[in-house]
Amino acid sequence: MVKVENLHKSFDDTAVLKGITTSFEPGKTSLIIGQSGSGKTVFLKCLLGLFEPTEGDIYFDDKTYNDFTKDEKSKLRKNMGMVFQGGALFDSMTVFENVMFPLRMFTKMTASEMKNRVSNVLDRVNLHDADDKYPSEISGGMQKRVSIARAIVNKPKFLFCDEPNSGLDPNTATVIDQLIQEITRENNITTVINTHDMNSVFEIGEKIVYLQDGLIAWEGNKDIIHDTDNEDLTNFVYSSNLFKKVRVAQQKGY
Amino acid sequence: MNYIESVGQYFMMLGDLFKKMTKGSVLRRLIIQELNDLMTKSLGIVVFISFFIGAVVSIQMALNLSNPIIPKSLIGYAARQSIILEFAPTFIAIIMAGKVGSFITSSIGTMRVTEQIDALEVMGINSLNYLVFPKIIAMLFFPFLIAISMFVGIVGAYLAAVFGGFLSSENFLLGMQQDFIPFQVAYAFIKTIVFAFILATVPSFHGYYMKGGALEVGRASTTSFVWTSVIIIVSNYVITQLLLS
Repeated sequence: MVKVENLHKSFDDTAVLKGITTSFEPGKTSLIIGQSGSGKTVFLKCLLGLFEPTEGDIYFDDKTYNDFTKDEKSKLRKNMGMVFQGGALFDSMTVFENVMFPLRMFTKMTASEMKNRVSNVLDRVNLHDADDKYPSEISGGMQKRVSIARAIVNKPKFLFCDEPNSGLDPNTATVIDQLIQEITRENNITTVINTHDMNSVFEIGEKIVYLQDGLIAWEGNKDIIHDTDNEDLTNFVYSSNLFKKVRVAQQKGY
Repeated sequence: MNYIESVGQYFMMLGDLFKKMTKGSVLRRLIIQELNDLMTKSLGIVVFISFFIGAVVSIQMALNLSNPIIPKSLIGYAARQSIILEFAPTFIAIIMAGKVGSFITSSIGTMRVTEQIDALEVMGINSLNYLVFPKIIAMLFFPFLIAISMFVGIVGAYLAAVFGGFLSSENFLLGMQQDFIPFQVAYAFIKTIVFAFILATVPSFHGYYMKGGALEVGRASTTSFVWTSVIIIVSNYVITQLLLS
């Protein structure tokens, strides 16, 4: 479980996060949504430890990051997986080497054990026949799958994803969403996804946190987001014509 | 003020670089990769430039030695001195600032832009150690490259002088051996090691701390080349003053 209490983050005199309190449970896919500039990426980077909070605490399994000893921090990092917006795959490594990287860095597994684990994980993300290819030689969807495979290969307790669907066609985006949700449930991972994609919201939003101006303006899940009385959230969620029509249809009882 | 901050940041980077070392087996692989990228792939250009600059040095010397009192063997002497003392260590280091320095800055800068460095940090890896330390170790082999440059430069000078008809082979070799001071070779290699460290760390600094996108990667590479060259030239002056004067 990841718990956040009164999280503030400022850059010079600009306050980006202004007191966020929430929690993310294991086995559930939690989404952070909000307009550009609402503080989503900064929030995620604070969770990842890439930004140090100006104020407030982040708890990983009831212990704040600041309470961890150096070894515990290092162990915590090994328990984190991250899927970056652009994949962040290492250009100089093949798909297989990219996925094997965390194992090579942090485990004492033998070469054959590592190969087995990587093959299994690549199978799990439905990525076949791409082992020897470099990231520049595969499609955006495949890169995202490799990124997910790399994030889960070391069996993390916490999985963070920054806009995993950006730049993907709707079909591939849905497949990636479902894959993340399945992996989250199978391994009881605490998954936090930063997204703009409303399909993801309605598909896998078991918990949704809506950020506005550095604060949580709404919290809930995909089943109750239709009923929100937060006008900004409604405008945000139903900003596309398609979703507007869906909403009208729902209101008419179709 | 920005310059002072950058200098401070550079030295802090050097401090952070040696914290939390990367796993030995991974490091070995990275060092071999860097040796290939930084040293082996530079061999061709170094040999090419060294040969022709050596040749030009001896032709220039020959054409400017019109006084019959001055012995022709001076051409060999001057070629040796200029190649060993300055051309091979300093000139090649400047060439490497362009070739290797730009490569280092742009590769690390691209990793920064595409969040690959963030990916390393999230995994709990000291990205500075992972990225920069293998480059420093690989650049420790720079003196070998300079030794090759010295040899090829002198061969170029010899061939241009002798086959150009400026002096005899015996005369050139006599000049080559004249007033030879072994410490001058040591001086050349001492400054080569300093330049190697500059070549590995200054471009890494510009790549690692760059902000922005693809355009800024290009700008960082240019800035990196300028600053690496400036620092090499200034440190060349300081080392020469300390060791030879």
